[in-house]
Amino acid sequence: MNAPALLEAAETPLATTRFTVPGMKCAGCIGKIERELPKLAGIAEARANLSAKRVAIRHDPALGEEALAAALLGLGFEAQPVAENPLGREDAERARLTRALGVAGFGMMNVMLLSVSVWSGAEGATRALFHWLSALIALPVIAYSGQPFFRSAWMALSHRRTNMDVPISIGVILATCLSLYETVTGGAHAFFDSAVMLLFFLLAGRALDAAMRDRTRAGIGALLGRMGKSASVIAPDGTTRRVAAKDLEPGMLVLVAAGEALAADGEVVEGRGALDNAMLTGESAPAPVGPGSIVHAGAINMGGALRVRLTHVGEDTALAEIARLMDEAGQSRSSYVRIADRASRLYAPAVHSLAALAFAGWMIAGAGWHASLTIAIAVLIITCPCAMGLAVPAAQVVASGALLRRGLLVKDGSALERLAECDVALLDKTGTLTLGEPRAEVGALDPEARGIALALAQTSRHPLSRGLAAALLREGVAPAAVTGITEVSGSGLTGTWQGLAVGLERPEGASDTLATTLRIGETRQIIPFSDPLRPDAAEALAALKAQGLAPSILSGDRAAPVAAMALALGLAAEAEASPQDKLAALEALKAAGRRPLMVGDGLNDGPALAAAHASIAPGTASDASQQAADAVFIGEGLMPVALAVRVAKRTMRIVRQNFAFSIGYNLLAVPLALTGQVTPLVAAIAMSVSSLVVVANSLRLAGAARP
Amino acid sequence: MTGLAFLIPIALGMGLLGLLAFLWSMRDGQYEDMEGAASRILIDEEDEA
Repeated sequence: MNAPALLEAAETPLATTRFTVPGMKCAGCIGKIERELPKLAGIAEARANLSAKRVAIRHDPALGEEALAAALLGLGFEAQPVAENPLGREDAERARLTRALGVAGFGMMNVMLLSVSVWSGAEGATRALFHWLSALIALPVIAYSGQPFFRSAWMALSHRRTNMDVPISIGVILATCLSLYETVTGGAHAFFDSAVMLLFFLLAGRALDAAMRDRTRAGIGALLGRMGKSASVIAPDGTTRRVAAKDLEPGMLVLVAAGEALAADGEVVEGRGALDNAMLTGESAPAPVGPGSIVHAGAINMGGALRVRLTHVGEDTALAEIARLMDEAGQSRSSYVRIADRASRLYAPAVHSLAALAFAGWMIAGAGWHASLTIAIAVLIITCPCAMGLAVPAAQVVASGALLRRGLLVKDGSALERLAECDVALLDKTGTLTLGEPRAEVGALDPEARGIALALAQTSRHPLSRGLAAALLREGVAPAAVTGITEVSGSGLTGTWQGLAVGLERPEGASDTLATTLRIGETRQIIPFSDPLRPDAAEALAALKAQGLAPSILSGDRAAPVAAMALALGLAAEAEASPQDKLAALEALKAAGRRPLMVGDGLNDGPALAAAHASIAPGTASDASQQAADAVFIGEGLMPVALAVRVAKRTMRIVRQNFAFSIGYNLLAVPLALTGQVTPLVAAIAMSVSSLVVVANSLRLAGAARP
Repeated sequence: MTGLAFLIPIALGMGLLGLLAFLWSMRDGQYEDMEGAASRILIDEEDEA
């Protein structure tokens, strides 16, 4: 580091840039990043977050994102810059819930301390003092920790709906008011402990729910980030400058370097190359382009530099059109009502009429309004859906944790509920049933040829070269000594081996199959590529069928390969489906009363993923698809899909058991409340025992994802 | 009974102290990277030789 850089760093305020670094896995990675990065000029500090797979770098503002990403790559980590703090809002929500939980925990422990003395026989002035102290602690605690419930209940009521929070809020508020009255008049029973304990248990449920959402979001966020966010615009005088995607205008001439993603639609003016359209079509073979070709945003340039005249930018690109379709398709899902809210639609009116009846009954029996009101409130407290508030999140958190360990990230609880309800499965072909990356068939090559092929292939980032190199490395091939390797974009690689000209070239004559030609001197050999099925595809499909989800293929690929695969797997298939066709197919199924599960990876599957009752995408899928899907699975197997459905069904069974238990428990306790037998002690015991039983039952799911 | 006059404020004060410590640790970001915290213990501090 030289002195001027140091001085500059001291004078100008440091900028902070965040990167997502999916490759960061262990203590060694943290140590390497945090120790090595600050040694570079202009970088003041690096801080790694292993849970979120992010690195925050404080640096000299003169240092650009590219330079920082290159520095991370130099340490062996692929990194993508991320927006300021995209998870900020959810983080704040979870922090609020955790703070409320902490406050409720404090209140519960202290009020309980005082309550225990009252239960064990404190009387007269001591009891009055303890009640006053309890009130002093409980009132601010309830006012603070109860807010999430009060706010949600108010929202629901102002929309003339009811949800789980309505009976909770009414129960807590009435219990507090009654206890306050008892305290002021020197009565025997105050329910402050029940009210605070109820809030504590319910907040624990909410905090679990939020933690589950956040954990998965961080996992998926780490996989995201490959789209064209800016472009090099060529000014009339020949200079180039980076322009953000949103500031591009039709008519601009942009330079698309090799490996760069297009940020807008346009027409190629100059240059020849190949575009990887996998993001749009799911097709793994790069499509050749030349002057006059129409190119789309999201495609990645695999060949030489292209000059592109932009035609559609921002909201008008084909990509944005698909995004809009996805948005609209996703609307229907947001109207899905979670099982807890469905249950409370029946539960809340039943409980409230019961309490009202109890009040009316005791009034008629001549018990006086004070006794009648006490009994009615006791009914509300004892039926407060405490175990119910925990029943769903506890089971879902345990299940998603079990699935996470098996390579499946479920986004939220509602996704598990919807997954369990699916009754028909639609799968995309390329990238979903298959691995989505070309694998070379190298069996026909002799050892010499293998070494040469590897030496050539490992120098290129073309998908076919990478596939070939991976296949050869798996076979344990060592690269031959090939010198002077050069890559000619669009045509191949050439080099010299023992005085012979060798090369990997595009096969002559356009063919449908993927292949490359290995040339050694004058002999040419064709190396075919295939996109193999995921190794356990057949088992996974059988498992899906066994769970009552009839699988079929819905692909945008050409009819012939799709038909061949459908025949091999014994499935029905629909090929050459556009994004709109896929969406229509799903809408038709939904209109027929089915609940389709969509599994797909390409952006062309995006609208279908958003419209399906539930959807799963592989970790190699396009960003938009991963965002539209309810769950993302990682690895080469397709089994996590079948596993997800099995675990989701099992989770819903446990949730229903939890509900049945809570309701059964209430059926036993309500007669006690109705006859006026419920003291604060009985209420406290009832509440904690039912919550513990529900949590213990949910923990049975921990092993649910085991094979 | 006079014991209560001491004991109750002490109990409440200790509870409050715990709550404040929890709120402080949250604000300080100590729960933001639980996995990282578990791994950091394994990093060898290299001698500045």
